[in-house]
Amino acid sequence: MKEKRSLLRNDGFQTFAASVLCIVLGLIVGYLALLIINADGAGKAIMSVIKNFFNKPTSAARLKYFGQTLAKTAPLLLCSLSVLFAYKVGLFNIGAAGQYCLGVALALYLGICKQWPWYLCLICGICAGSISGAVCGILRAYCNVNVVISGIMLNWISLYGTNMLLKPAMDPAGKDTFRLVSKAKQALLPTLGMEKLFNDKYVTIAIPIAILMAIVVWIVLDKTKLGYELKATGNNLNAAKYCGMKENRNIILTMVIAGGLAAMGGALYYLSDFTQWNVNSSSVPGMGFNGIAAAFLGGLNPIGSIFSSFFITHITDGGGYVDLSHYCAQIADFISAVIIYLCGFVLFFKTFLNSRLNKAEERKIEKARALAAAETNKGGKA
Amino acid sequence: MENQYAIEMLNITKRFPGIIANDNITLQLKKGEIHALLGENGAGKSTLMSVLFGLYQPEEGVIKKDGKVVQINDPNDANRLGIGMVHQHFKLVECFSVLDNIILGVEPNKMGFLQKDEARKKVMELSERYGLHVDPDAIIEDITVGMQQRTEILKMLYRENEILIFDEPTAVLTPQEIEELMQIMKGLAKEGKSILFISHKLNEIMEVADRCSVLRKGKYIGTVEIANTTKEELSRMMVGRDVDFVVHKDPAKPTDVVLDVQHITVASKAHSNNAVKDVSFQVRRGEIVCIAGIDGNGQTELVYGISGLEPLKSGKILMDGEDITKLPIRKRSVDGMSHIPEDRHKHGLVLDYTLENNLVLQRYFEPEFTNAMGFLRKDNIRKYAERLIEEYDVRSGQGPITPARAMSGGNQQKAIIAREIDKNPKLLIAVQPTRGLDVGAIEFIHKQIVAHRDAGNGVLLVSLELDEVMALSDRILVMYEGEIVGELDPKQTTVEEMGLYMAGAKRQ
Repeated sequence: MKEKRSLLRNDGFQTFAASVLCIVLGLIVGYLALLIINADGAGKAIMSVIKNFFNKPTSAARLKYFGQTLAKTAPLLLCSLSVLFAYKVGLFNIGAAGQYCLGVALALYLGICKQWPWYLCLICGICAGSISGAVCGILRAYCNVNVVISGIMLNWISLYGTNMLLKPAMDPAGKDTFRLVSKAKQALLPTLGMEKLFNDKYVTIAIPIAILMAIVVWIVLDKTKLGYELKATGNNLNAAKYCGMKENRNIILTMVIAGGLAAMGGALYYLSDFTQWNVNSSSVPGMGFNGIAAAFLGGLNPIGSIFSSFFITHITDGGGYVDLSHYCAQIADFISAVIIYLCGFVLFFKTFLNSRLNKAEERKIEKARALAAAETNKGGKA
Repeated sequence: MENQYAIEMLNITKRFPGIIANDNITLQLKKGEIHALLGENGAGKSTLMSVLFGLYQPEEGVIKKDGKVVQINDPNDANRLGIGMVHQHFKLVECFSVLDNIILGVEPNKMGFLQKDEARKKVMELSERYGLHVDPDAIIEDITVGMQQRTEILKMLYRENEILIFDEPTAVLTPQEIEELMQIMKGLAKEGKSILFISHKLNEIMEVADRCSVLRKGKYIGTVEIANTTKEELSRMMVGRDVDFVVHKDPAKPTDVVLDVQHITVASKAHSNNAVKDVSFQVRRGEIVCIAGIDGNGQTELVYGISGLEPLKSGKILMDGEDITKLPIRKRSVDGMSHIPEDRHKHGLVLDYTLENNLVLQRYFEPEFTNAMGFLRKDNIRKYAERLIEEYDVRSGQGPITPARAMSGGNQQKAIIAREIDKNPKLLIAVQPTRGLDVGAIEFIHKQIVAHRDAGNGVLLVSLELDEVMALSDRILVMYEGEIVGELDPKQTTVEEMGLYMAGAKRQ
């Protein structure tokens, strides 16, 4: 009995339960939306979304597409870590999307135009994101500019800056940058044999790096002096200052780290050659914003982010398998967007669960008291 | 026969997980009386009021208004019944003006357009009638705590509330403001308002209340007529034992100068004048020097300057002969300065951190708590926290892992005091260390401060409570408009004389 209670009270368990609840709700709402649009194919459509790579007929193909889902999970995971890290320090890094662009920009530019090796491309990409994060951080620390505002504005600057920088790297045959495999093999990420395992060349070291970063973020936030300081600064800036922490340095450092994480996501993704940058892009890639959903779905826990990022990628990919004879082409994005939207409700459900638990506990105490009172009454009479 | 009670709370029981905050409590407020609700921190006063205000639902018991049972589900219900409350921590929108805050939620409007002139007239009328001086156009964050409180009172009056609840209203006020508030409360009662006055300050209850109900550890102890009781009896009811009101201390034996403040000037954030003007004084080891004065005369900024929270415009600060004027806060702290801050929520605690993490806030970086790799040594933090909790009797629901936010104000303060004194500083700066605390806790904290002095350390005390100033200090410096206008010996001066200096009527 006691163990059961402690499990329900356990923060990790609560987060997990709330996340599962969100996912189920998201799927139900998604299903309802499909029903409304076209009742005929709804059941089949939602199943294909859930199944994703299991829609493939052969196990080899399934493994290959599983690998691709993983390849897309890595950048999302890093974006969600970026959002999460800043959030723990009381900052809302909506600029992750722009920092992600800058990571792509530097990595591809140095890889294609300068023919630099992948690790230098990666490091410079990360630096670009960090610098962009630092700008937000400095504005916040010294001019009290909200990072949401500066982040959003920097997103656009970063997007068009990326377009400009990558123009020379554009393949004249289209609007996208050159494939690395054709022009810059030295910039391709190593695969460490995973390529053969999944039979897919896009499965690279990006995946283990992203997971490693999740663990590092968890350790830094939870176990170190730095994490203690950063969280204190985020929770109460005045108290941080009062006890002699360098509060401005902490804010800037947080944004540098958050920016670096998001940019690392962008750089790794594009250096795996999975996709190419469209130099005429007029909207910021959704990865940074989905990172917000992934961070919340993961219960703001770095380890939880690993699973939530995978799930969101899985759902988004699964959208591609919806039977288009019943639905228009945009349905895939629409359905995954609906599900991702509901994923943001984790904190809400957690609070709800807690209040229910409290009430149940109060009732139990009351019962016990009533029982005890009855006992003493009996005893008194006897 | 007409019902004589404005509001009755009968047999109220409210439980929280692991604690019964209110256990079968009955409170009956007569029309036009000032009824005090007395109890230590955590006795359940605030919970009971939250029940009355609809913030919590009681498990048992009923609330009656004018003899009829009423259901209060939220503060709006309470407001409709004419119940208004000034909370211990004000509920004001910091960046709004006084007037905007007063009309908030009941804005007079025509087709959605605000009719502020009307509101302003009404507010000014009320303000004059009850002697509640406010500047309607001042922004809340710029005005003194006293004026913020007057704004809260006006908020209730503007809503034509009949039942006014004051939750520890004097905790944040100066002696003069308290006196003023007492008059205001008496005036309000005379006009037929029923007042519930939550406090643990016996003097004030004796002065202003008609009757007093006492709570202890969630239980109802009794209700007494103030005319037929004494301070001692009330405190016995509240604490459950006899309380020593006198601070026992030997005469000071001052030795070396530990703090030497030389001609310091500190700018003010609120206005263009300097908050501290060319102030000089010394604190020696083995003495308690007290800065007395009315709130807002530069004490806050003086402490900010000494502790390093604000830069000095000019002047020099020496600690143990070493110039610390330009040193960062951390260095001052490590060198032996402790600071019990005025505002425990703003500076003193990280409310979302656990108690144990708050207890190491000034020492987390020491090798005892952080290893060479930068990892926290959580087992040591736990051990250290458990020791402080034990030694300083810091009470909380879950011990070291209780979130600071979930602790009562008194225990939060005890945690801060434990943290700051345990550092064994050679200079302890204590600003309002007993603000908002009950007599039991005050007694304890005063003993700690005296013991720290007797161990050969210097103490700089900033207090607005004249009783505390008189009881604790070995020397009194009175601050008025940013200057030190007098140095007094507590053995030779009187509260009246000190009041003259504090009001600027006299200076040396």
